[in-house]
Amino acid sequence: MPDSEPTLKVEKLHTSFFTKAGIVKAVNDVSFSVKRGEILGLVGESGSGKSITAFSILNLIDPPGRITSGKILFNGRDLVGSSEKEMQQLRGNKIAMIFQDPMMTLNPVLRIDTQMIETIQAHEKVSHRVAYERARDGLGRVGISSPEERLKAYPHQFSGGMRQRVAIAISFLLKPDLVLADEPTTALDVTIQGQILYEVQKLCRETGTAMVWITHDLAVVGGLADRVCVMYAGRIVEEGGVDEVIDTPMHPYTHGLIGSVPSQNRRGQVLYQIPGMTPSLLSLPKGCTFRPRCTQKTEQCLEVPQTLRTSSGRMMSCYNPFNQGL
Amino acid sequence: MSESLATEHTATYHETDDTLSRQIVRGVLNSKEATFWLTVGLIILSIALLAPWIAPQDPYDLMVLDIMDSRMPPGTKNFDESLTYWLGTDGQGRDMLSAIMYGLRTSISVGVMAGVIALILGMILGLTGSYFGGWVDALIMRTVDLMLGFPTILVALILLSVLGQGVDKVIMALVAVQWANYARVVRSAALVEREKEYIEAATCLGLGHWRILFKHLLPNCLPPVIVIGTVQVAHAISAEATLSFLGLGVPITEPSLGLLIANGYQLLLSGMYWISFFPGVVLLLTIFSINIVGDRIREILNPRLLQEGEN
Amino acid sequence: MTVFIVRRLMQSVLVVLVVSMILFAGIFAIGNPVDILLPPDATQEDREEAIQALGLDKPLLIQYGLFLANAVRGDLGTSFVHNVPSMQLILHRMNATLELALLALIFAVFIGIPLGMLSGAHPNTLLDRTLMTGSIFGFSIPNFWQGLMLIMVFSVFLRWLPSTGRGETGTILGIETSLATWDGIQHMIMPALNLSLYKISMVMRLTRASMRETLPMDFVKFARAKGLTGRRIIFVHVLKNIMLPIITVIGMELGSLIAFGVVTETIFAWPGMGKLLIDSINVLDRPVIVAWLMIVVLLFISINLLVDIIYSVLDPRIRLSDVKS
Repeated sequence: MPDSEPTLKVEKLHTSFFTKAGIVKAVNDVSFSVKRGEILGLVGESGSGKSITAFSILNLIDPPGRITSGKILFNGRDLVGSSEKEMQQLRGNKIAMIFQDPMMTLNPVLRIDTQMIETIQAHEKVSHRVAYERARDGLGRVGISSPEERLKAYPHQFSGGMRQRVAIAISFLLKPDLVLADEPTTALDVTIQGQILYEVQKLCRETGTAMVWITHDLAVVGGLADRVCVMYAGRIVEEGGVDEVIDTPMHPYTHGLIGSVPSQNRRGQVLYQIPGMTPSLLSLPKGCTFRPRCTQKTEQCLEVPQTLRTSSGRMMSCYNPFNQGL
Repeated sequence: MSESLATEHTATYHETDDTLSRQIVRGVLNSKEATFWLTVGLIILSIALLAPWIAPQDPYDLMVLDIMDSRMPPGTKNFDESLTYWLGTDGQGRDMLSAIMYGLRTSISVGVMAGVIALILGMILGLTGSYFGGWVDALIMRTVDLMLGFPTILVALILLSVLGQGVDKVIMALVAVQWANYARVVRSAALVEREKEYIEAATCLGLGHWRILFKHLLPNCLPPVIVIGTVQVAHAISAEATLSFLGLGVPITEPSLGLLIANGYQLLLSGMYWISFFPGVVLLLTIFSINIVGDRIREILNPRLLQEGEN
Repeated sequence: MTVFIVRRLMQSVLVVLVVSMILFAGIFAIGNPVDILLPPDATQEDREEAIQALGLDKPLLIQYGLFLANAVRGDLGTSFVHNVPSMQLILHRMNATLELALLALIFAVFIGIPLGMLSGAHPNTLLDRTLMTGSIFGFSIPNFWQGLMLIMVFSVFLRWLPSTGRGETGTILGIETSLATWDGIQHMIMPALNLSLYKISMVMRLTRASMRETLPMDFVKFARAKGLTGRRIIFVHVLKNIMLPIITVIGMELGSLIAFGVVTETIFAWPGMGKLLIDSINVLDRPVIVAWLMIVVLLFISINLLVDIIYSVLDPRIRLSDVKS
């Protein structure tokens, strides 16, 4: 495998839900890639298709949803159309996922050790003893003290932050090549959030794991990710290095998002608000989906804008971007 | 302000009331299975209602019975070939088809009567409990808990052993075991409704207790009541049959399906299946059709409150 | 935990007291036992003698007091008909009833749970709809008629199974049971099936509902994301979660199985306590009816208490909150 090849390369992915009310295009022509050791931030409002993108990668989309077209190249191998058995061998092993709500992700009636050991034993033929030791070390790595004792506990005996640490420990147990983190800190206190971010960043650097960090919080991405993709209504509207995107956003949506982050504003100044609401995925506006809420819209926007690549290695799809000179 | 609020709500519940029945009818007709069983149920009901006019024989009229015709297998003709016993005859030479039609009458009327009386009683007690709260509520609900804690059949059995036989006694026993289900469901539905603003508004307006109870609270408790109502009527029909089978239900003079089945019990062992078999099939079809339609209605209305009321 | 048990015990005692009062007052109203016990040509003196001997001349409250005092000592009166202590009469037949109820419960668990899981794992498929309609069928079919049909098919027409009685019994671990002999087992199959059909349907629906509730949970998706096999997810992660409520409900149903045994035992002439109740009602054997009901109420309450305790032991969440409180 050549070093330059990305761990994950998603190409023109489409995932739709075929409901009675109509077809919901939750993921609409999404492309991005993540390299080894890189952290990609996937930013967007709730309902913008970030989580569905992650579940599509794991092939965990339940009916009535399914991937309709596109490629998901993992280490060069297309996952779309892989058998359930192949996917099962990858899940938790080569590709792991961390969920949003730590209170819900761990099975309430199984002990922590069971839930950790079963993950190892699902993928590797090791003795219970060895698996147990690896589980214990795994807990230690995410900053849980006295892991021996903790392994014997049930999830409800842990705080939310601790449970998320356990979930992260489980994700990194088998040293995956890729971790998909679906807003893992959203449900946590700000102080805990910082600790978790630190642990995750450290683990990624240590193991060279590529990571997709899904969030609606630009501030989190700013401190964590290398690159960022901004999603809106199922599409990626802007992509680039994290600093460039935050400092000089081009797409009007990104611009609005950054404008509405409190820390970006001066005290006393009225916070910016993106007018209007996220459109229903059942009846998307014609052309650019952001058009009805956009301050920069023109006649041209009735056509879906092409994805443009700028000289500085950034991508965005808008006819009238901000900071066009870059 | 509060007046307009109250009238507004008066308007809305009448509206929802109307759409409720339409919603149920549309929902049932949307399902082929439910429509089919609804038809079966309606046919059975018509047979029960029309029995005296359509039955080939009056099974209560001892003059027309001929002991020579007893225990005839299905399809046998009587001596002058004027009548075919399509479902055979019982030990007294009674035409089973006619006996079933009349038995159906008894079974359904007992079930429906018991259901309706239990519903009214349960609703009154449930509403009273939820509306007045305090010790009234506590007393009613503890009794409900006690009643529901024991299997219906056992309570009914004991009651009947005290009350003695008779159609009215069976209905009383069934009411006694069923009212608690309605009371519980109505109470929990009413409690939710009670917290809403318009009840407060109605109280502020100085509307009387009973007016608020029946004109405002009651209509909003209907969906869960309809759902358990179907189940309970099916249950009552089945329970009546069981009690009559055990010899504690309706008297021999007004045989219900359960009693017909009991009469054939001994003969069944010597291979004369039809006396117990056919009444049972009709009984099963009756209960099954009610339950299928009831299940469909439950799906349509899907009341959250039902979970604890289900039995 | 101890506090919890003590509180529950006290509640139970209260219920038993209330029920005993209602029962006593209610049964008191059933006919006059003297009429049944004495021959129709008995003289007035005979009658009065009998009334006095049975203690029926004392006020109701005194009779109740005596009844309670005796009951605490384990004496629930003497059968008018058999002239033996009612308690002895009932306990003698309890074995047969309990073994039937237990076997029915086992059927309900081992048939109902797998079918319900199958249904819940494939919602809205033909299989699911068939199974669910089947369960409504199970609910709808009158228990006693279903028993008759079993007899008709398997005893009368096919001649595979015996229709009545308990068959030959043997002893396992010192308990007399029909399960010890092949003949006994043959006698038990139909009654147990008859008793369990309703419960099978109920367990099926309950299991399906729990499956439908549990499958969309995040922890199931997380388990899938961990790469576990479907089998492990269903049989460990999901099953362990849904077992608790199901066990509770099934446990509570053991009581109603004993009650429904009345019908089953009548049909299959099973010599258990249910048949004894019907016989006693028919001859107005008042002490036996009262004793029977008291014993069943006690059984009910102990089963519920036991289920509650087992539940709290099994559910790690409840266990902890009790330790804290």
